[in-house]
Amino acid sequence: MEFFHKVTRFPFMNTRKVWYGLSAVLIVGSLGLVGLRGLNLGIDFTGGVVVETNFPQPPNIEQLRGAVAAAGVTGAQVQAFGSSRDILVRLPPDPNAKGAEIGTRILDIFRKADAGVRLQRTEVVGPQVGQELFIKGSWALVATLVLIAVYVLMRFTLKLAGGAILAVLHDPICVLGFFAVTQITFDLTAISAILAVIGYSLNDTVIVFDRIRERARNARKLSIAQVIDESINQTLSRTLMTKLVTLLVVVALLIFGGETLHGFSAALVIGILAGTYSSIYISAALALDFGLRTDDLLERKLTKPEEIDGLP
Amino acid sequence: MIAYPRWKIALVAIVFLVGVLLALPNLFGEESALQLARDRAAVLESDRSSLQELLASKRVPVSGSFLDQGRLTLRFPSKQDQLKARDLISQARPGDFTIALSQASRVPEWMRNLGLGPLKLGLDLRGGVYLVYQVDVQGAVRQQLDHDEQDFRASLRNARVTYQDVQVDYKTNRVAVLFRDADSRAKGSAAIGGDNRNLNLTERTVDGSPALELQLTDAQIKEREDYAVQQNIVILRNRLNSPELAVSEPQVAREGVDRIAIQLPGLQNSAEVKKILGKTATLEFRMVDETDNPAEAAATGHVPLGAKLYYTRDKQPVLLKREVVVTGDELTDASFQPNTQDGPAVSVSLDSRGAAKMLRNTQENIGHLMAVVFIDRSREKNAQGVDVDRTTEEVINRATIRGVFSNNFQITGVNPIEGRELALLLRAGGLAAPLSAVEERAIGPSLGQDNIDKGVHAMVFGMLAAFIFMAVYYKAFGLIADLVLAANVILLTAFLSLVGAALTLPGIAAVVLTVGIAVDANILIYERIREELRNGVSPRAAITAGFERAFSAIADSNVTALIAGLVLWLFGAGAVRGFAVVLVIGIATSMFTSLMGSRALVQIFFGGRRKIERLSI
Repeated sequence: MEFFHKVTRFPFMNTRKVWYGLSAVLIVGSLGLVGLRGLNLGIDFTGGVVVETNFPQPPNIEQLRGAVAAAGVTGAQVQAFGSSRDILVRLPPDPNAKGAEIGTRILDIFRKADAGVRLQRTEVVGPQVGQELFIKGSWALVATLVLIAVYVLMRFTLKLAGGAILAVLHDPICVLGFFAVTQITFDLTAISAILAVIGYSLNDTVIVFDRIRERARNARKLSIAQVIDESINQTLSRTLMTKLVTLLVVVALLIFGGETLHGFSAALVIGILAGTYSSIYISAALALDFGLRTDDLLERKLTKPEEIDGLP
Repeated sequence: MIAYPRWKIALVAIVFLVGVLLALPNLFGEESALQLARDRAAVLESDRSSLQELLASKRVPVSGSFLDQGRLTLRFPSKQDQLKARDLISQARPGDFTIALSQASRVPEWMRNLGLGPLKLGLDLRGGVYLVYQVDVQGAVRQQLDHDEQDFRASLRNARVTYQDVQVDYKTNRVAVLFRDADSRAKGSAAIGGDNRNLNLTERTVDGSPALELQLTDAQIKEREDYAVQQNIVILRNRLNSPELAVSEPQVAREGVDRIAIQLPGLQNSAEVKKILGKTATLEFRMVDETDNPAEAAATGHVPLGAKLYYTRDKQPVLLKREVVVTGDELTDASFQPNTQDGPAVSVSLDSRGAAKMLRNTQENIGHLMAVVFIDRSREKNAQGVDVDRTTEEVINRATIRGVFSNNFQITGVNPIEGRELALLLRAGGLAAPLSAVEERAIGPSLGQDNIDKGVHAMVFGMLAAFIFMAVYYKAFGLIADLVLAANVILLTAFLSLVGAALTLPGIAAVVLTVGIAVDANILIYERIREELRNGVSPRAAITAGFERAFSAIADSNVTALIAGLVLWLFGAGAVRGFAVVLVIGIATSMFTSLMGSRALVQIFFGGRRKIERLSI
């Protein structure tokens, strides 16, 4: 079986203004949504208490909410989590709360509604720790971007690297937009998903660039725009195939992985889609607009005579 | 022949076989087990055989046992046997062991002896409690300054040097001794310097008086902080071995500068753990006031001059003298000795300062009662959300001084259970900095099993989808890719079992993602081969070119994912690190299997043929 028996000839470079427009809409839309709706930050970042319980029969959530409020627990969010038998209680960080005790207290309240309820999980994160984790996570993002930029710069020219980095920034922004729209809890695993997306999306870009460099050296008669178009088309089947298979496994995670991995796998799905799009339509196009020329890609530019003369 | 050196094929085969061997222990499964540990001492081979005899005599079947790091693990075919064995052992050898219920792998002994073991499961898969404690390192530095201040006063008093004042500044970490004139400062300097040779004292003028100033250097502060954290780690480890908390394989590790992370697999109730762990304790040795009546003092509330009213653990009033003989700071070690000439005893060691005081005290007080007071401070938040330290003091032991002693002595007249506890409490007593819990996560065992099921489902379905797709789309080469993918998962399992990294749910997600990455590498190669074939190159040359040309693309693209993985590894904590570890190892194994393994298989399948008409790709 083969989906791409002939090499496609899509004019990616001529139509790039359209794709820029689409990306601009995506980026502005995502950032706008993050700004307006905000992210539903998990307790990893806000600090607070999460208590997860499991009922033998689906309970009446309204009744549970009433019972929790009546017991004097303030600021509690009681919601179904995954199935209707799993009830999650989230509490804001409370200086008076003595951590684990709150879990048992919630359980006692719930026991009155249904004696068979079980405590599945309690998580307590101090507000200070939450803040630190957020800062740490942000640093991890920045460090990854910087290190990857350095690597791409070393491997390719400045113009290609610029295109790659901008295209890579595009993907996590889309993922953030997705989290803002769906209000899926944004926690530490979501950050790891974003980092994986960054590493993984650049993967496609690098492969396209690799091909552009190879083509530029072998087909010097072609204009750089033609080289780029050809390279993207030649690698298109590979790009789409690998992403298809990766999406297959990630969708399996999304379906079977349960609530804990829900945000994580959703972030991966969106990130992979955005990453595939940006590596095909955006990264090389940006490099072209940064003034990439065939000369930039030819080997051994470093040993130009004037540089040798410049040495002491 | 397609040129691919034999030694590379041999290398691939060897790596794969070693991988299979390392991954093998994961196939045996787990069963109910007991884990036996001893306070401060190892469980011995002789204990193992005597316990096995005991269980055999009561017809409790033991399916296996092993000793590891001084802990004995006994495996049982059923849960009932496990509980029966626990009751039998605790009856037959009361107080001898800490017994924890746990699960152990059925890995045969010869494998275990080779150092092979199954993957460790993270708390989200096993269930358990994860706690992070913050150590009050500033408090530890303040204590150091206070200590120095008292030392200075004592040295000056002993040398009969007059001084005006000793000032402590916690903000700048300084202690200054003010003198009336330069002459007494010189004498003071000699006195203090003589007692503490390694102090950096500078002569300065403070508030118009000649002064000696001690400034803690950054290195000293850091050393003090490190010490406080390390000491807390030791104390927490000791407490986790206490019989009250029967935990199997507790893990205590430093996290960052001033935090301690604790993992307690299998434990449910974090409130109970926190009650025991969150305490800071110290202790004091004091002489008992034997002339007055404690019951009367307790009833009337009128405590005689020079005495202080305390209570024992069973709420009996005791009157102790106000002067402290030795404090917990001066205690260096305590251990329980089950068999001494005088029966069970607790051995105590003191530092030189404590020893000198104890020597003087015992010389004067032979035949009198000395008491040990245990002072427990727990840090709690009050209604205003401010940390307050709550102190409880109780007398944990009273014993008659039988002879003169100094740095080493024994407390006798204790029963084995009391003795163990006393040793534990004494050791816990030398604690410096207070702890507070800043993060805690407790996962129930049913949720853990649930998470395992979900992770395994996701992995199986995801991989099946990828396998079928590859076989359909790339035919024979797709099947080779499937073999390579399977080998990749085996190698990844092998590596994770070898390094002992715990598998978490995000870790399973990383395994799934790694499958995607490994597929990617194979697709790169095959698409390249197809491309070469389309350009009219012979099948043989297409294979060679496909592998060669895809190499740089695979390497480049994996490096970026590797960078992301390594950053996560460095920055991440807990579950995130679990993801990063698997991702990084997975990228490495996938590069090896796709580039070398895949090539070797192609060589084995196609290399022998004289002429390849067409490729099944």
